[in-house]
Amino acid sequence: MSANVKTNIEQPRWRTVKRDHCSFGLKVLIRVAAILLALIIDALFIYFVTGLNPLSVYVVMYNGTFMTSMRFSWAMRDLVTLLCIGVALAPAFKMRFWNIGAEGQVLIGGLATAVVMVNCGKSLPGPMLLVVMLGASVAAGAVWGLIPSFFKAYWNTNETLFTLMMNYVAISIVASMTNLWRGQASSLGKLNMANRAGWFPQFLGQRYNINILTVLILTFVMFFYLKFSKHGYEISVVGESENTARYAGINVRRVTIRTMMISGAICGLAGFLIVGGRDQTISTTSAGGYGFTAIIVAWLAKFNTFYMALISFLLIFLQRGASEIASAYSLNDFAASIIEGVILFCILGSEFFINYRWVSEGKGGKA
Amino acid sequence: MDYAVQMKNITKTFGDVIANHDVTMDVKKGEILAILGENGSGKTTLMNMLSGIYYPDHGEIWINGKQVDIQSPRDAYDLGIGMIHQHFKLIDVFTAVENIALGLEKSEKFDLKTIENRTREICERYHFELNLQQKVYEMSVSQKQTLEIIKVLYRGAQILILDEPTAVLTPQETEKLFDVIRNMKADNKSVIIITHKLHEVLEISDRVVILRKGEYIGSVDTAQATESSLTEQMVGRKVTLNINRTDPVNPVKRLSVKNLTVFSQENVKILDDITFDVYGGEILGIAGISGNGQKELLEAIAGLQIPAQGSSVEFFERGMEDKPIQLIGKTPKMIRDSGVHLAFVPEDRLGMGLVGSMGMTGNMLLKTYGSGKSIFTDKKKPRKMALKVKEELEVATPSLNTPVSRLSGGNVQKVLVGREIAEAPSVLMTAYAVRGLDINTSYTIYNLLDEEKKTGVAVVYVGEDLDVLIDLCDRILVLCGGRVNGIVDARNITKEEVGLLMTNLRKEGA
Repeated sequence: MSANVKTNIEQPRWRTVKRDHCSFGLKVLIRVAAILLALIIDALFIYFVTGLNPLSVYVVMYNGTFMTSMRFSWAMRDLVTLLCIGVALAPAFKMRFWNIGAEGQVLIGGLATAVVMVNCGKSLPGPMLLVVMLGASVAAGAVWGLIPSFFKAYWNTNETLFTLMMNYVAISIVASMTNLWRGQASSLGKLNMANRAGWFPQFLGQRYNINILTVLILTFVMFFYLKFSKHGYEISVVGESENTARYAGINVRRVTIRTMMISGAICGLAGFLIVGGRDQTISTTSAGGYGFTAIIVAWLAKFNTFYMALISFLLIFLQRGASEIASAYSLNDFAASIIEGVILFCILGSEFFINYRWVSEGKGGKA
Repeated sequence: MDYAVQMKNITKTFGDVIANHDVTMDVKKGEILAILGENGSGKTTLMNMLSGIYYPDHGEIWINGKQVDIQSPRDAYDLGIGMIHQHFKLIDVFTAVENIALGLEKSEKFDLKTIENRTREICERYHFELNLQQKVYEMSVSQKQTLEIIKVLYRGAQILILDEPTAVLTPQETEKLFDVIRNMKADNKSVIIITHKLHEVLEISDRVVILRKGEYIGSVDTAQATESSLTEQMVGRKVTLNINRTDPVNPVKRLSVKNLTVFSQENVKILDDITFDVYGGEILGIAGISGNGQKELLEAIAGLQIPAQGSSVEFFERGMEDKPIQLIGKTPKMIRDSGVHLAFVPEDRLGMGLVGSMGMTGNMLLKTYGSGKSIFTDKKKPRKMALKVKEELEVATPSLNTPVSRLSGGNVQKVLVGREIAEAPSVLMTAYAVRGLDINTSYTIYNLLDEEKKTGVAVVYVGEDLDVLIDLCDRILVLCGGRVNGIVDARNITKEEVGLLMTNLRKEGA
């Protein structure tokens, strides 16, 4: 009976064990180590594949992002755009509502802004026009957030698929609108070129300061909203367990819909900042994939808006730096993407070591 | 060879938690061995290593005098070890025979007729009563358990492990199970029963192995053991197992449930025309096999179910006895806003009563976060309340902000009960308040409930342990098939009588 059972006892030398707690210092240490490791791997890649000096490549990367005030302001502009969308996703994700439709919500907000610019550019005075653009973009984004949440609240549809599909709807609407506007021209070009109606004015001598300031305020407001407000408390409870929420007397449907409208509205606002403050035009690529990148931002930051700022900074630095080295050394974009990818991989991978540790057999077992 | 199983220096850890530490024990052939220990003492983990679900970090397992390496449940079957888990592992839409056919060796011929005949032989030998063509979803809990045992025997098990087998059975079904176990012993099989019920240990086993906090404490012949000697070894010190039951003083009607009917989402009648009253100063026990409407009954009163037309739940708040408040049709928030002090300790503590990721303070806030005009939550009052609960109920937590999901089961329940009684309820409903708790915490909870009763609170106690229900409650309402099958005086009834009420629905109008 026991003949076919192995009797040689094999034991693995290493085991993976879940950490009970990871101190703040250790977390920082692990993340720094991850970035260093990534830089080393990248250096090896740069040296052996392209034959360049890794150090000078890193210097070019850094200079390309920060060296001149113009480049710095571009980097900041991109940073706050990404951060704004991350902040928008925070309340939805905290409620465990997987809103992956930020891209569409941003686009539809941007489109609303553009519609106002095109139709009211001549009739409304400057400040009024900006207020109407803002209102339209926020409302459009909120509606784009409302639709999937309404279906989720009343018929328990899958929000991931729903919000994803809403992206394509938004893209198609934007595509047909831009085709309508450009007429025979090959591309839409800047809107209201003649009178610059609806273009963000310079503020404190800088072109993108309005964008930066708006997002900065939003970051703080969202942090306090989630952490200290009654709404924030409701969001946490609904995210943790709907049954607990019902038990506590929270109206789950209302909270779901309200939170997603806020999420969509802030995405719409990001669209407003992009169209009014950055591009002064709209296309299907206005959101530029930031709606998806922001998901990584929100996740890595565990929905803390200040960590989001840090992570957005890192991602934007990588993106801009990578495109800089691509042009400076006439590498193709793929080489730059590899460098970027290795760094991201190491940072994401370091999460494993924050949650788990390895122990060797016979020693760590009794820890 | 005398020993069926020998486990030597077994250690198993999960992360920093030591589930078993250096446990050495053995089981003789033809022996009924009880493994006794509180929740979390490592009984199930130890047996899971024997049945191939876990692999020990250290130590050796010997079966029939040979050292073996059990890496999977399949290895365990090959060695003649079969385990019947607390949660049955059966396919609902298959018949009994089909479930037995499942998981047989690939080399065996798939022939339901032969399997059925062999199964019938087993049934006759051990006196099982089971319809082999019945589908699992039509079976009672006890029938499913019987099927699990037959399945294991069919595969030739010589060593049977039963994990808390009586937890879901009525006294009558338990007796039947014990008869079967005695038959297996007579057939020279070894039976291991994991349990924490002392009287069952004394009734059925030959020998008891006691575990405490993952360590082997000792083994005694059952003939030499008493309830108090076993408890002492299990808990580690002398405990007095007394449930206080004060007589109700001046009972006032607090809750009047009339014609309460609830349908499930699948439109199955779960509660059928329930009518009863609850009085302040008494504990009303609710007994019944699990899944007979206990959960829905409490949830319907608390506003978490939508009852059918014609249902009525009237609440007589203190000082407003002449003006009953209708709870049906109100959400939990509306109930609270109407001035009703109704406390509810639900069955699913972390999934319904508490927010696992929040600390004690955040959880104290759960029912009152909306008070006040400010858009921000007030954390001062809940912090004070958390501190009070922590001190009064001796909650062991590193800090008031440690997520409650990291606390032990007993402490989680203390946080929940503490919050519910902190706001001076008129009616306190508890569902399985001591499930999974150790003996000490259980008795703390019983006495807390009795204290509440003394202050005039009407307590509703849904329980599963009939001994406790009979010792703690004043009256017991027995649910059967979603109907009230009798409300009896707990002081003048036996366990067997309650057990009968739980299983046999009386005739209409009786």
